[in-house]
Amino acid sequence: MKSRRLFKDNLARSIMWFSAIFCILLVILIGFALFQRSRYILAMKSLADLFFLDSWHPLKGEFGFFPFIMGTLWVTCTAVIISVPLSFLTAIYLSEYAPRMIREWAKPAIDLLAGIPSVIYGVWGILVIVPLTKDYIAPFFGRHSSGYTVFAAGVVLAVMIFPVIIHVSIEVFRSVSFELREASWALGATKWQTIKHVVVRKALPGIIAANVLGFSRAFGETMAVLMVAGNVPKAPSSILDPAYPLPALIANNYGEMLSIPLYDSALLMAALVLFIVVLFFSILSRFALVRVERSSE
Amino acid sequence: MRSRKIEEAIFRGIMIAATLVVLSCSILILATILIKGLPAMNLDMITKTPKGGYYLGKSGGILNAIVGSILLTGGATLVSIFLSLPVALYANVYADKSSKLIAFTRVSLDVLWGVPSIVYGAFGFTIMLFLGLKASLLGGIIAVALLIFPIMSRGMDEVMRMVPKELLNSSYALGATRFETALKVVVRQALPGILSAVLIAFGRGIGDAASVIFTAGFSDRINFSLFEPAATLPLAIFFQLGTPFPEVQERAYASALILTIIVFLISIGSRILIRRYSKHVIK
Repeated sequence: MKSRRLFKDNLARSIMWFSAIFCILLVILIGFALFQRSRYILAMKSLADLFFLDSWHPLKGEFGFFPFIMGTLWVTCTAVIISVPLSFLTAIYLSEYAPRMIREWAKPAIDLLAGIPSVIYGVWGILVIVPLTKDYIAPFFGRHSSGYTVFAAGVVLAVMIFPVIIHVSIEVFRSVSFELREASWALGATKWQTIKHVVVRKALPGIIAANVLGFSRAFGETMAVLMVAGNVPKAPSSILDPAYPLPALIANNYGEMLSIPLYDSALLMAALVLFIVVLFFSILSRFALVRVERSSE
Repeated sequence: MRSRKIEEAIFRGIMIAATLVVLSCSILILATILIKGLPAMNLDMITKTPKGGYYLGKSGGILNAIVGSILLTGGATLVSIFLSLPVALYANVYADKSSKLIAFTRVSLDVLWGVPSIVYGAFGFTIMLFLGLKASLLGGIIAVALLIFPIMSRGMDEVMRMVPKELLNSSYALGATRFETALKVVVRQALPGILSAVLIAFGRGIGDAASVIFTAGFSDRINFSLFEPAATLPLAIFFQLGTPFPEVQERAYASALILTIIVFLISIGSRILIRRYSKHVIK
């Protein structure tokens, strides 16, 4: 009886140990599998050609990712520029100023925003942001545009990453000890002065981490961007130009292009690039957050 | 002295404005989907599969996608529970607090959480090629399970961390093994949180399109076979919106409304479940 219980315990321990290892292996496995599949194109072309050539003609064997990389950067940066200040101020308001009532209503609303599927954001973008860009914003700058632009994609992505940045920022602000604020108020500082000189300074690494998380979320977002960015394979030169970000490229072309091995390999390399960039940013933000946790203990 | 007060007032005003912008965005999205989706809604949408010429504006509904999405995400959630529960239990019952392995596991889960769903789609497709699978329900389940597994594991890990150590110690003192403690004490104590982690993961899975676009394929029929392609709601929305016919596009808005309602029901359901199952929790 006793030995059976111990046997079960040991069996469970090894199964659970293995599943913990599995998480670590999975990261390596994804990287390895994508690398393995993109080796074919890496052997044929130099990295400089792949990243900086401005010609995408798969059927002629030309695979320059430059327009797509620029498309991704334009769209992501637009989203971050719109989203960061708004999320930052909202997070401060909700964690420092808002009365209990508002806080209790606003937090579920923001979590709700986080739960909406990306395809719904895409539908919203097509129904609201694209016509807005076409009829009001582009004519305002004297431009003619279909509305499917870097700007439209940036706005939709900005709204998508609001909840990510706000949620993490509020957690970070909460980890700053209350005594610290009281000490500052006792010295005669106003609320805003306390926030500016004490709370934000203390929480800075965490705030940066929150924004990096938002950035990497926007960077890899596929469906919503695919629906509103316009998908023209040419590097944009203003926010009222269409763009064709990397994730949209993969989603639009993968599967049907298996018959051309080099094309297939090129698309998996695009996935590898996304993976590596996100890996880098996740680890970066993770270390920043751990530092905040340590310093607040 | 006065300038400090003015600065305070100005910044408070800016912050309130920012909060209003963020909140009105969420209301605007819901209002748009509701206003556009409601007029196009009818009973056929949720009780019929697409008939011939559906994508040209003929009659039918998207029952295939509703059933497909629920089967696919349900399967993926089930697979994911069997992956996540051991990870979270190992991290909180078996491993030492200072274990390097667990620190690595948590970092890996954070990394996996951030990996874009299109990358899971591409990786899932690579696995399918390796196994010799075609675009099918099973392929979709694999890709979505990989996508939601880190979300679920991290959620479970967070709630199990909150279980007081004294509770574990009293169970050991009564002679229970770690495994018995894990199942009968930790899981029961953390049950509301575990359920909500499962539902959040389900909600994320059912709304994701990029991971299923080439792994699950699409089909106008309802099928229950693991090896046949399956339709999913997000892709149904995407395809209907892509047609040049206004009637079909309107159905896309109705489909978007259906997906939004499903996601909301899950979110509300998780709140109710948390309340109901909290009675076993020792406070």
